[in-house]
Amino acid sequence: MDLMSLTAVELGQKIKNKEVTVKEAVEESLRRIESIEKDVNSFVTVDKEGALKQAEEIQKKIDAGELNGPLAGVPVAIKDNMCTKGLLTTCSSKILGNFVPTYTATAVEKLMEAGAVIIGKTNMDEFAMGSTSETSYFGATKNPWDLDRVPGGSSGGSAAAVASEEVPFALGSDTGGSIRQPASFCGVTGIKPTYGRVSRYGLIAYGSSLDQIGPIAKDVRDCATILEIICQHDDKDSTSYKDAASDFTSALVDDVKGMKIGIPSDYLAEGIDTEVKDAVLAAAKVLEEKGAVVEEFSLGMVDYAIPAYYIIASAEASSNLERFDGVKYGYRTADYTDLHNMYKKTRSEGFGAEVKRRIMLGSFVLSSGYYDAYYVKALKTKALIKKAFDDAFAKYDVILGPVAPTTALKCGESLSDPIKMYLGDIYTVSVNLAGLPGISLPCGYDKNGLPIGLQLLGQTFDEKSILRAAYAYEQSRSYKRSPIAERGL
Amino acid sequence: MVITDETIDYVGILAKLELSDEEKEQAKKDMSNMLDYVGKLDELDTDNVEAMSHAFPISNVFREDVVTNGDDRENMLANAPEERNGCYDVPKTFD
Repeated sequence: MDLMSLTAVELGQKIKNKEVTVKEAVEESLRRIESIEKDVNSFVTVDKEGALKQAEEIQKKIDAGELNGPLAGVPVAIKDNMCTKGLLTTCSSKILGNFVPTYTATAVEKLMEAGAVIIGKTNMDEFAMGSTSETSYFGATKNPWDLDRVPGGSSGGSAAAVASEEVPFALGSDTGGSIRQPASFCGVTGIKPTYGRVSRYGLIAYGSSLDQIGPIAKDVRDCATILEIICQHDDKDSTSYKDAASDFTSALVDDVKGMKIGIPSDYLAEGIDTEVKDAVLAAAKVLEEKGAVVEEFSLGMVDYAIPAYYIIASAEASSNLERFDGVKYGYRTADYTDLHNMYKKTRSEGFGAEVKRRIMLGSFVLSSGYYDAYYVKALKTKALIKKAFDDAFAKYDVILGPVAPTTALKCGESLSDPIKMYLGDIYTVSVNLAGLPGISLPCGYDKNGLPIGLQLLGQTFDEKSILRAAYAYEQSRSYKRSPIAERGL
Repeated sequence: MVITDETIDYVGILAKLELSDEEKEQAKKDMSNMLDYVGKLDELDTDNVEAMSHAFPISNVFREDVVTNGDDRENMLANAPEERNGCYDVPKTFD
């Protein structure tokens, strides 16, 4: 049987029922990875030996009744910016090309405690800076729907691994859309939880006030189930929310009667593909027919989100990435004269072009003389964006819109014009600035057969409303597999 | 905004990056474009707006000053590019 075509919850159930062993599930995942990787390149590291060893241990615990959660024995892929003890963690960068962490990120640890089997680490834009997964030092990831197209980014490897059925689910991280946009481009479902829901301990920081870990899977039930495992308060992250844990799966009811849904008309104005717009509006219609009250409204501040985001994210990145200096871990340049020369050469050789671009912009906007004009101005703009959302959520339970203005772009099209690439994040970045939860799920296909994503946003800590709306919408359609998933071995 | 050679050199010092002449020219162009673009924020009147660093109130989190992690020196040093006598080895910092 095609075990990787199952959802994570379905596979977990089969393992629980003893219809499938953990070893069989892991071997099937590894077989598919071996066959698919040369085309898709979702992974930086595949831990074959470690996965088989985990499979044995987890099977024993399941048999002994010590593990009985929904994901026990289910293979998972982890984005390569989350630390995994003893397993290479590169951030898809040369500068961390040989880094083996001495501890495991809390979110990953929670999955391991629940019995998920870590298969490997997925490819990404270097340090999560990008929207295409092309800036990886280890080569670009390809879209399983069309190998000439990008999978989106920065969690492109995680989304592609799920869409090509190498693994049933994966963890990604989202700083400005990095879970939602690749999920959209790859025809799978991903959630960026409210800031503070998932511990960032062990997540290699990009923009600390924006970063959040979340699941990428085939459906809404998987995502809610994974959230129940990874959303827990953590003393090791001072921004971790006290009541982070919640019974997310209780929101999976096919009932949106009376739910108030707002569609920002500013999201549908200019720059959006007609096919994307039509698919999103058709999805809204489905929810309306199910009893939701749907109306368009003006959100405001939309054009200011990307400028504010790039100032804040770059500023935080320039500070966070200071730690990569060739002293304690990672790459060090071969020839140097003194300490400062070593720092400079190590960083110049170790970072790629996009990372350098953002570090420089961040250093500039934080420098004396420009701090108020750029950085503080962006923080004030962030307050206005948050207020625009607060006003909207006073009227609506859920905000509905597109994830991205287009479907997956051709490889190599984006990197030549950074600002144009940044503009593709227009519907996703404001969510990170405001700390809100957002889900991305498939809502149609364009004329080239590429998936279109629907985005649902909730007020802070109200993941349940978006899960409920997403689940209700999902009942109206069936999951469509990517060509690579269907290809077989 | 025009980015001068001096500005790029200064940013290079702040960012601890050494750029080739070619990279410098590209960086001047990229940064200038980006600053022009983010300059859009000047359209907003933010005089009476308070800067927001976090989207919702987060205050300092304190704990007892007790060590909870163990000694992991060997594994940590295994990641060091250069190591000597159980310490990180760095180039001479001053004469």
